[in-house]
Amino acid sequence: MYTEKVMDHFTNPRNVGEIENANGVGEVGNAKCGDIMRIYLDVEGDVIKDVKFKTFGCGAAVATSSMVTEMVKGKTLDEALEISNAAVAEALGGLPPAKMHCSNLAADALHAAIKDYHEKQGKKE
Amino acid sequence: MRRVYLDHSATTPVDPEVAALMMTYYTEKYGNPSSVHSFGREAKQALEEARRQVAELIGAEPSEVTFTSGGTEADNLAILGTAEALSKKGKHIITSAVEHHAVLETCEYLEKNGFDLTVVPVDEEGIVSVESVKKAIRPDTILITMMHANNEVGAIQPVAEIGKLAKEHGIVFHVDAVQSFGKIPIDVKAMAIDLLTISSHKIYGPKGVGALYIRKGVRVAPRIYGGGQEKKRRSGTENTPGIIGFGKACELASQRMAEDAQHLSKLRDKLMNGIVETIDYVKINGPLGDKRLPNNVNVSIQFVEGESLLLSLDMLGIAASSGSACTSGSLDPSHVLLAMGLVHEIAHGSLRFTLGRQNTEEDIDYVLEQLPKIVERLRMMSPLYDQAVHAKQAQ
Repeated sequence: MYTEKVMDHFTNPRNVGEIENANGVGEVGNAKCGDIMRIYLDVEGDVIKDVKFKTFGCGAAVATSSMVTEMVKGKTLDEALEISNAAVAEALGGLPPAKMHCSNLAADALHAAIKDYHEKQGKKE
Repeated sequence: MRRVYLDHSATTPVDPEVAALMMTYYTEKYGNPSSVHSFGREAKQALEEARRQVAELIGAEPSEVTFTSGGTEADNLAILGTAEALSKKGKHIITSAVEHHAVLETCEYLEKNGFDLTVVPVDEEGIVSVESVKKAIRPDTILITMMHANNEVGAIQPVAEIGKLAKEHGIVFHVDAVQSFGKIPIDVKAMAIDLLTISSHKIYGPKGVGALYIRKGVRVAPRIYGGGQEKKRRSGTENTPGIIGFGKACELASQRMAEDAQHLSKLRDKLMNGIVETIDYVKINGPLGDKRLPNNVNVSIQFVEGESLLLSLDMLGIAASSGSACTSGSLDPSHVLLAMGLVHEIAHGSLRFTLGRQNTEEDIDYVLEQLPKIVERLRMMSPLYDQAVHAKQAQ
């Protein structure tokens, strides 16, 4: 039901964990629906220097989280904001139709983390 | 890689003795049981022998057994057939919140078409109270449909008491016994059952075969019309090899039931206790001891999600199932676990192991060796686990 790429990211997820003193953190989903994704960003200047995630959820939820962190590492914030949930799914070689809505939220978590970063920066200024 | 099959409530392997017997009826004795010639007669004779074997396992007369294409069809025949036969008498049906979809969806279809449905709740172990069924009975109640044992948590319902109640009120009593049949004793007379659904592929018989016991004198309108087979209750040429395999599987089940139950409950308890001992934040779902099917283990493992557990187990050759939304095909987790009062997040992390005749102590050891590692890996990824650990440390 899952592509090899999804299974690879599920089995060997990239960038799992937390970033101490992350300057942007985003969380989407809820335990009730069975998926929570949290993304930590270390942004320097305009560039995502480091990114990590923690996810509670199914295989697709873990794989999309892992994939999105790989896609944005080293990218500028503007570039990162252009990544959509659909693009993450595509990069994984597709997801089963049922998973496209419920477990494909990794880009949303990323965008929430960038929003959090901007808000924190705004307060500092 | 070691492969351990622990999903016997989904389906079982066909016993080699059963498969060998069936093969004869595909390639040699392939006659149509309705035919007059010797080919037909030998098929008919074997078909009737199978009917006798099935009837014997539930304490029924052979003439009271109607073969179907499986449990789902038998449930549909029982519920829709009773509704049609008795709709002039009344339109109220009672069922429980933890029924299989084959019963629930059929009852809901009737509800959309002019019938009244009362769904009685279960307690935290998944068991229906006789009292709540009693309270739900109305003068226009025509049918009570209740499962014998639950497919997800193995809870055994008080069917004999409910049967007695139904009998006192002149209400037809249907029992879906797909999960209990062949595992624990069933006596349709002692349990006052009017209609009983059973299935072959859960008891080491072939898929695509089941039966509905219809007590003599109980009226059930057919769902399938045609050549009038099965005393006009279920038309269509009989699946002779399948039915004969089902009969043989019943005979084997009757011989092995006591031994199987002892073996399975020992493995079940070893697995349940082992999980509780090796993993923290776990909850056993369903009752313990005699109120539980001998082959069912159901646990919720907090802070991890069921499908992730299944995928991880599968990569190690272990086959199980889960009540998480991801495996139910909907956005909600198992209706059974929710009816037992579990919150969504705990239900999402449920894992069901259903044991079978071929499982060994070594199989259980293997699961107990691998599962804690899987849980640890997934919890390391889970934001919920952090929160729980921090909250505990803060106390």
